[in-house]
Amino acid sequence: MSPVEFKRIPVREQSPQERVKNFQEVALGYNEEEAVAEAKRCLQCKNPPCRSGCPVNIDIPKFIKHIAEREFMEAIRELKRWNNLPAICGRVCPQERQCEQPCVMGKRGDPINIGKLERFAADWELEHGVEIPPLPEPVGKKVAVVGAGPAGLTVAGNLARAGIQITLFEALHKEGGVLVYGIPEFRLPKKIVAAEADYVKRLGVEVKLDVLVGRTITIDDLFGEGYEAVFLGTGAGLPLLLNIPGENLNGVFSANEYLIRSNLMKAYLFPEFDTPTKRGKKVAVIGAGDVSMDCARTALRLGAEKSMIIYRRSFEEMPARREEYHHAAEEGVEFHWLTAPVRILEDSGNVAGLECVRMQLGEPDASGRRKPIPIDGSNFEIEADIVVIAIGTTPNPLVTMTTPGLKMSPHGTLVVDKKTGKTTRPGVFAGGDVISGGATVISAMGEGKIAVENILKYLEAKW
Amino acid sequence: MFRILRKEELAPSIKLIDVHAPMVARKARPGQFVVVRVREEGERIPLTIADWKPNSGIVTIVFQEVGVTSLKLGELEEGDQLQDLLGPLGQPTHIDKFGTVVCVPGGVGIAPLFPIARALQEQGNMVITCMGARSQNLLFWVDRMRSVSDEVLISTDDGSFGFHGFTTDLLKQVISRGTKINMVFTAGPAIMMKKVAEVTALAGIPTIASLNAMMVDGTGMCGVCRVMVDGKTRFTCVDGPDFDAHKVDFDHLLSRLAVYKAEEKAALDLYLKRRGVK
Repeated sequence: MSPVEFKRIPVREQSPQERVKNFQEVALGYNEEEAVAEAKRCLQCKNPPCRSGCPVNIDIPKFIKHIAEREFMEAIRELKRWNNLPAICGRVCPQERQCEQPCVMGKRGDPINIGKLERFAADWELEHGVEIPPLPEPVGKKVAVVGAGPAGLTVAGNLARAGIQITLFEALHKEGGVLVYGIPEFRLPKKIVAAEADYVKRLGVEVKLDVLVGRTITIDDLFGEGYEAVFLGTGAGLPLLLNIPGENLNGVFSANEYLIRSNLMKAYLFPEFDTPTKRGKKVAVIGAGDVSMDCARTALRLGAEKSMIIYRRSFEEMPARREEYHHAAEEGVEFHWLTAPVRILEDSGNVAGLECVRMQLGEPDASGRRKPIPIDGSNFEIEADIVVIAIGTTPNPLVTMTTPGLKMSPHGTLVVDKKTGKTTRPGVFAGGDVISGGATVISAMGEGKIAVENILKYLEAKW
Repeated sequence: MFRILRKEELAPSIKLIDVHAPMVARKARPGQFVVVRVREEGERIPLTIADWKPNSGIVTIVFQEVGVTSLKLGELEEGDQLQDLLGPLGQPTHIDKFGTVVCVPGGVGIAPLFPIARALQEQGNMVITCMGARSQNLLFWVDRMRSVSDEVLISTDDGSFGFHGFTTDLLKQVISRGTKINMVFTAGPAIMMKKVAEVTALAGIPTIASLNAMMVDGTGMCGVCRVMVDGKTRFTCVDGPDFDAHKVDFDHLLSRLAVYKAEEKAALDLYLKRRGVK
């Protein structure tokens, strides 16, 4: 047995100077030798704490052992028993708060880089040819899945693997939901999303794009067409705004608009692609979550001289993953902590800057974080020609509005029984951001898995 | 993919296509729109639904070639496929028995107002249409508007057909007759709708404008279509496209419609250059 290696195998990345000039992926991932070396650091705990940190309960030591023994195909098979989208999760899961957080190795050194190992195994398979597992005989039941984001893809894939006939409805023109419209190419290449969506299709899932459930077809229509259950994974697509003066000036974007133009519509390739965007010189992004970091880093790649994060609390309370913050800081994003915008300044219809106020932290609020309080008379101005509002989203109310029997919470989320994914309407299940109001890809998938178990029970009870 | 079954040139640069989109045709209501993407590299643009036939699965779209996307749409022929068509989107127009209604369509706005006028007449309203275009050759669907209106007045900006003037002049004429008008519906260029709203505000006639804001997804996600209505921010795609015209900040709408003017012009120049047109 070789001595315990406390240091992680570093992950190769594009240098900050190089990567701010392109939209290619920042983290280059492990090659075979690096992956095997990192996998060998795993202690193979008998009662692995990492597993309890995983929302989809992947048998982490098992897949890592396969990598350590160079059984890469076995590693990906093991991963896919639990997770249909490992190349995506390996890239965007907040592992440091989930599986890697309780890792025993983390007590004395670096936790195992579980995320990058997952990514390695998934990428290895994509490169060597994706294996489709044997599918059971169809059971003769139809289920409709609404929304082809992380929750919907998980539910569709898992139900298909249980022999259920699945139609997956998506409003946009591509599968992936927030993975294609929200998360930028430099963090999650779209060909990875397409490959994993393709895997789900090859499990027998029929995808219907350009269908907005609630408008093109209703939930009642779906039941009328013989679907016996419906899963809603419609996400949280409605952007929150600040409600401050100047918010509707030209040059003010919701984070959704800014990212949709660049990611889904590939506006960074305009005019080869037809959708334009604004290439600002000084871009101010309000908010400090992962989406805010994505916006600030996109701005740099679109040629901004200055890209700023404006956040009313301090570094400690920042909701973004530390890795995202770290990448943004390396690339030159400026951070204005304890700063809140009060007004967007105008120059003949366009954004000219932000009037801000300095904040101080008071007692903890309902979220457990210290509440920011404006300091009287501390107003000052920040020059900007683009303002991006990245303070969160809420679910789109369309499906709830057009479906009798669905109950919405005061926060706009769909009311479900968290243990079963059941909504207030029989036969309708839900998971992902539409029930959480906005969380992570993997928690959406975890909720999707709960719904799958209960959809199968529901279908069986009806047999 | 959505097949184009029929194509018709209604006027120079104004084209009609019948698209095979059965799910959309089944659900469409007056006042709603679709979002179209012409090709893989294409942008998403909103276009009003001019007509639909649920039984044959046809959705009729009328559009004016003004930029790269609409020009590329205009290049498609019968039998070609549209990459994407999403709809029907937006809140349908509220149709009721109002009494006497005046429809004021201008330019390509004739297309969305046709099904609205038809539904209004079917509900038993007296429908007066004040329609107009810049010039006679840009006027279309006069007969169709006559078929769903009790009276049709026509204007052209240059006087080449009908009344020499604007739709607002026709509207003022109708108002000056003294008959009670219960409701006005308008669709067309934002500047025209603004003028219509000014006229009807003076006369105290409730007015609905079908707004033509820019959109990307068309489902409430991006918010590029936000408009100011009664001092509040509303999304044209999900809260509209119909709004109380007297409460819409049209100057703000006009300003937002011009946001990408420079980019649109650059793209158009490049497109024309590549197509070999001087």
